[in-house]
Amino acid sequence: MDLADVTSQIKRADLLHMYYYLRLTRALEDRITALYRQGRIVGGCYTSHGMEAIAVGYASALERDDVIAPFHRDMGAFLIRGITPGEVLAQYLGKRTGPTKGKDGNVHMGDLKRGIIGFVSHLADNLPVATGAALAFKMRGESRIVVAGTGDGGTSRGDFHEAMNFAAVRKLPVVFFCTNNQYAYSTPLRLQMAITDVVERAKAYGMPGEIVDGNDVAAVYLASKRGIAKARAGEGPTFFEFKTMRMHGHSEHDPAKYVPPELLEEWKKRDPILAAERLLIEAGYGDETYFHEILERVKKEVEAALEFAEKSPLPEGPEVLEGVFATDADLSHQATHSRSAA
Amino acid sequence: MTTATSHATGEVTYLEAISQALDEEMMRDERVFLMGEDIGQYGGAFRITEGFLDKYGEWRILDTPLAESGFVGAAIGAAMMGLRPVVEMQFADFISCAFDQITEVAAKNHYRWGAAVPMVIRAPFGGGIHGGPFHSECPEGWFFHSPGLKLVAPSTPYDAKGLLKAAIRDPNPVIYFEHKFLYRRIKATLPTDDYIVPIGKADVKRPGNDISVITYGAMVHLALEAAQMLAKEGIDLEVVDLRTLAPLDKEAIFSSVHKTSKAIVLHEDNKTGGIGAEVAALLAEECFDSLDGPIVRIAAPDTPVPFSTPLEEFFLPKTSDIVAAARKLAAY
Ligand SMILES: Cc1ncc(C[n+]2csc(CCOP(=O)(O)OP(=O)(O)O)c2C)c(N)n1
Repeated sequence: MDLADVTSQIKRADLLHMYYYLRLTRALEDRITALYRQGRIVGGCYTSHGMEAIAVGYASALERDDVIAPFHRDMGAFLIRGITPGEVLAQYLGKRTGPTKGKDGNVHMGDLKRGIIGFVSHLADNLPVATGAALAFKMRGESRIVVAGTGDGGTSRGDFHEAMNFAAVRKLPVVFFCTNNQYAYSTPLRLQMAITDVVERAKAYGMPGEIVDGNDVAAVYLASKRGIAKARAGEGPTFFEFKTMRMHGHSEHDPAKYVPPELLEEWKKRDPILAAERLLIEAGYGDETYFHEILERVKKEVEAALEFAEKSPLPEGPEVLEGVFATDADLSHQATHSRSAA
Repeated sequence: MTTATSHATGEVTYLEAISQALDEEMMRDERVFLMGEDIGQYGGAFRITEGFLDKYGEWRILDTPLAESGFVGAAIGAAMMGLRPVVEMQFADFISCAFDQITEVAAKNHYRWGAAVPMVIRAPFGGGIHGGPFHSECPEGWFFHSPGLKLVAPSTPYDAKGLLKAAIRDPNPVIYFEHKFLYRRIKATLPTDDYIVPIGKADVKRPGNDISVITYGAMVHLALEAAQMLAKEGIDLEVVDLRTLAPLDKEAIFSSVHKTSKAIVLHEDNKTGGIGAEVAALLAEECFDSLDGPIVRIAAPDTPVPFSTPLEEFFLPKTSDIVAAARKLAAY
């Protein structure tokens, strides 16, 4: 984005906040990847490497009471909504201190108290759910909104289309996004859909849509702000296609030989963290010394988080049996309503 | 022209047996084609179809969009028009996205209006791989309650190959549950000739006189392990591998229990409403006079499959559970 456009619309503190979360996301996921390679993390290991700007950008545009339904490469959004790096690592290590207490792994986490609808593997399953959350907000006349996303692959599922349609028909306060990172596992976009821009899909539902550079955190943030403002004003849903590139394999086990190396080379130059640093330097908000400080800080935070996670207890076998059904007491504690109003 | 006997001899894994069956059926019958996510260039999430794209081309090895209901529905249509689709679920768990097409369209077409749907859905299922609630499920119970579907679940490379071939040649929709835990863990030498394992036939994997363990999938191996341990104590288990879950081989189940008079029904799926519940009910109905002790069920508890290792270990049935149950039952 143009420097003047950015500095006139985004406060210095907000940009620095986003830079910090970009760095924290990268450091945390790099650590997770290293643990995976050492065999200390089992199961899937999906990262947002090279795509961090999307989750950081949209989650920074939210108000406290808003709700998100993130997809599986939105680590930054989990962090910004308040899941700590320690909890994330505990989740990956199957510890009781993770958000699912060991019942689920990796990015399959959620917490209504922090406005996060728990991720479900089945891609796009949560988009109709997000629509329903938005419906509740609208019915109660609250000014809260929902941001919900999926990948390019996820937009092929019926649930994506059903959610988009319903939200548009009822003008619900929801912002949909697609992280178009050009591959769904090994499947390139051309085998996923007969269009080149996912945003085309929005038209079919009478929903406004925009293409946004997903590697430009300022652009993602400002676009999200626009969509969120419209949703909050009762003008209905917006769809954003965040264009980016998946820089690692689908999961860390996958060498992704099916991706042409030139494509990765090209996108490497557009790394969202380097782009953010260029922007901060141009704006006079940051320099190499500052970036170095942040880098050291997040590294320390991640190491402390790992220590917390490692020291945390594993769940005991019989805990498997807990929580299949909710009790009335569970329900009465559920964070359903606006926290500010309470 | 290659023939159906082109595969090398020597030991093959359970996973390779599945690959061989697909390959040989595709060579045998040009109507057979595969659909699924990432099965082409990538060769599938578990590499079952590695090399198939080069061999058969992109119209017989179709990489699909991420849309299970869409491609299962498409398989139904193609099957009715004379093709023999075999679709791959990346994980059995995602079969829920295609539930409607399977239970309402595929299962009922022939009964309602006489249209046969000869197709196969391969569903890599089961736990023990740290997959958590969405990559470890045993969804066979959902489909067991849908008349019109055949369900198979091999436990050995021999059965894996033979049952897949039988499934592809069957005139009905067949869901083929392949256990992920077994993929690379068990090996066998297979016949070089074309063979099938008939759908609807159970197999006694270990004959014994004292207690019948009626099971399928990965649990067969636990039962065999338990049998070996118990043999030293003079308890002789008979391990009945159902192989086909629907329709059940009632004759084989009954004849084993008539012989042993005692039954343990074992599966990895949740206990309530699973296939074991039906087997236990059948035994109560049909073998009451032969029974010399209560019908014992060993299964996973009624919870989702958990992720964390101690939770998953607690969740999955263990050899020691079988041993303990058999000792108790033997003393009856
Ligand atoms: C319904 C469903 N089918 C299959 C899968 C297995 N799977 C997990 S991620 C993935 C690819 C996702 O692609 P995309 O939506 O583009 O997101 P990306 O991983 O590329 O960011 C697949 C096929 C799944 N999670 N859900």
